[in-house]
Amino acid sequence: MSRLAIEVENISKQYVLGSEASGQKTFREMLSGAIKEPIKRLQRLKGSSSQQERFWALKEVSFSVNEGEVVGIIGSNGAGKSTLLKILSRITAPTSGEIRYRGRIASLLEVGTGFHPELSGRENIYINGAILGMTKRDIRQRFDEIVEFAGVEKFLDTPVKRYSSGMYVRLAFAVAAHLDPDILVVDEVLAVGDAAFQKKCLGKMKDVSCDGRTVILVSHNISMIQSLCSTVAFLDSGRLLNKGETSGVIDTYISGMSQPMSEGEGWSGPRPGNGWVRATNIKLHRKEKEVDTVQMGQDVEFIISYELNRQLSDVGFRIEITTIMGEMIYWFSTDYSNTSIRVSGKTGSVICYLPNLSLMPGSYSVNIVCGAEGQLSDRVDKAMKFDVADGDYFGGGKIPPLGTVHVVAPQTWMALGIK
Amino acid sequence: MKAPSSVKGNENNLFGHEHMTVIRPPSGWHMLNLKELWAYRELLGALTMRDIKVRYKQTVLGAAWVIIQPLTTMLIFTVIFGRLAKIPSDGYPYPVFVYAALLPWTFFSNALSTSGSSLVSSAQLVSKVYFPRLIVPLSSVGAGLIDLLISTGVLLLLMLFFGVAFTPNILLAPLLMLGVVFCALGVGTILSALTVSYRDFRFVIPFMVQIWMYLTPVVYGVGFIPEEWRWLLMLNPMTGYIDGFRSAFLGKPFDCSAIGVSVLLSVALFVMGVAYFQKVERRFADVI
Repeated sequence: MSRLAIEVENISKQYVLGSEASGQKTFREMLSGAIKEPIKRLQRLKGSSSQQERFWALKEVSFSVNEGEVVGIIGSNGAGKSTLLKILSRITAPTSGEIRYRGRIASLLEVGTGFHPELSGRENIYINGAILGMTKRDIRQRFDEIVEFAGVEKFLDTPVKRYSSGMYVRLAFAVAAHLDPDILVVDEVLAVGDAAFQKKCLGKMKDVSCDGRTVILVSHNISMIQSLCSTVAFLDSGRLLNKGETSGVIDTYISGMSQPMSEGEGWSGPRPGNGWVRATNIKLHRKEKEVDTVQMGQDVEFIISYELNRQLSDVGFRIEITTIMGEMIYWFSTDYSNTSIRVSGKTGSVICYLPNLSLMPGSYSVNIVCGAEGQLSDRVDKAMKFDVADGDYFGGGKIPPLGTVHVVAPQTWMALGIK
Repeated sequence: MKAPSSVKGNENNLFGHEHMTVIRPPSGWHMLNLKELWAYRELLGALTMRDIKVRYKQTVLGAAWVIIQPLTTMLIFTVIFGRLAKIPSDGYPYPVFVYAALLPWTFFSNALSTSGSSLVSSAQLVSKVYFPRLIVPLSSVGAGLIDLLISTGVLLLLMLFFGVAFTPNILLAPLLMLGVVFCALGVGTILSALTVSYRDFRFVIPFMVQIWMYLTPVVYGVGFIPEEWRWLLMLNPMTGYIDGFRSAFLGKPFDCSAIGVSVLLSVALFVMGVAYFQKVERRFADVI
């Protein structure tokens, strides 16, 4: 029977958001502001102002982790994953609740923390090691291993500011990978380096987890979570929705995300913004027919229906396309295309035409953002979901292997210097 | 199952496998965890060494700046205060008289300005890794010690040059220095913590250091101040040390009561500084 390594009990974390109203200021307001502002700011810094917006990054999260368990934490952006890691690694304190853990936690929230550009690779290995909690003896023992793993033998005495970014990241990860803690907390640091190095890192991570070390890993990369983690915790808007065996949680996660969020009226979830313009529906069209699956390379259009709740002259729209995991891929905006959308009456719709769709096959989710007169009016996350099927984008019958990239682009190649 | 309370383990080994750690919301004042600080001593060493190594990288004169800085200040002060303003130097050559005071003062003022901004310039570290935050201002004060050592060597050369006799008093200099270090740590930790929340202190510190210097008998001797106002000068913790340094190097008798007051004041400052720092350190990552 395995012992508990970490016990998290009712952890909550509250952040205070700045509530500065944005927008244009007159010169007179600026002058009076110069006098009033320092007083206001002092109040805000002391945290005594009552009109501040408070925000729970984590709300009553409880779970426990056994020794030797490798736990993945998933959730969309802003779900509280990083906050949880920061509390676990004692960087920031919880607002309430308690965590108990046994042994020593080493956290990798970023690679190369404390690297100094002016110092040589050798010096940085020692400093970075010390920052991560290694003793000089530990580092000396593993020094050759670290250098070999990073592949920077030749440049050991060169200041790291002269390193290529790839070398820099490899060296930084190498130090971290040779840590020897009881509990390892990792935040998406694997998203660095070239494919070969990523594979090496993944291998190293597997070694660590096979050693019976307790690991907590945050990632958007579901395949990595699947291959490394035995259990997964699913966070959503600061709450722990589900924790359990990997495949089960990932299934609910994906199905939850890809549910065709009952369009239009049934949109659930918060709708930030002043509400001057509100989206009422969105549809994906192909050749004037509503569809939910399109092919790569096809010409498609999104049609947003909206309602107006006051007299407006200047309205803007944005469509954000994300992966099912919430990674942002595209912003299509009336702002960028320099289109002014004329509105009149109470309702209307607007069309966004996308020729030659360059998304790779897969499932995608769409967010709608509406703005009016420079302010946010409405935002609907996961307003709809659509699928992209295989298609002959380049006209040669080939596309990049699935899972390598999300998008493709038109391109032309030619040999230079040959007459 | 609950974590058994019997699992206390080896309390001496912070990094040991059996050590239980509890994370709770911050609650008011708490004691300095010396054990933890000691466990992180290697990090203190590494950061101090980093500060020292980095300071004169990519400069032409390199470590020579350690000597040039106080020497130049000494020359300027000698011309302005010694020659032009004719401030009395108790019968010693003014250059040696002012340099003996500049020695601890330069250390002190550098310690205040580097430790004041230390946390903010280590924002990266503070928001990404855990370690006792006190290490950051400690290491920046520590990095100044090496400069102090070098410029002490210069003072000894100056004394030879100006024919100032060495006395056994000089043996007390390291103890006085220890007092200055405590004083610098006290003020430095407060300033570093304040700078995290109120960046205004980045602008305040340079003025503060400048004004403080003129309130300290650096360019003038204690004897320059009329008897009835001297108690005011004593409220400055640096007065006793600076005067003590002159006694140590120039051989004039020690003013024990002045040094005593300084020691008391700097211990108080140190305790206050560390206590305040401890109280606010868990907020750093959120506000930095």
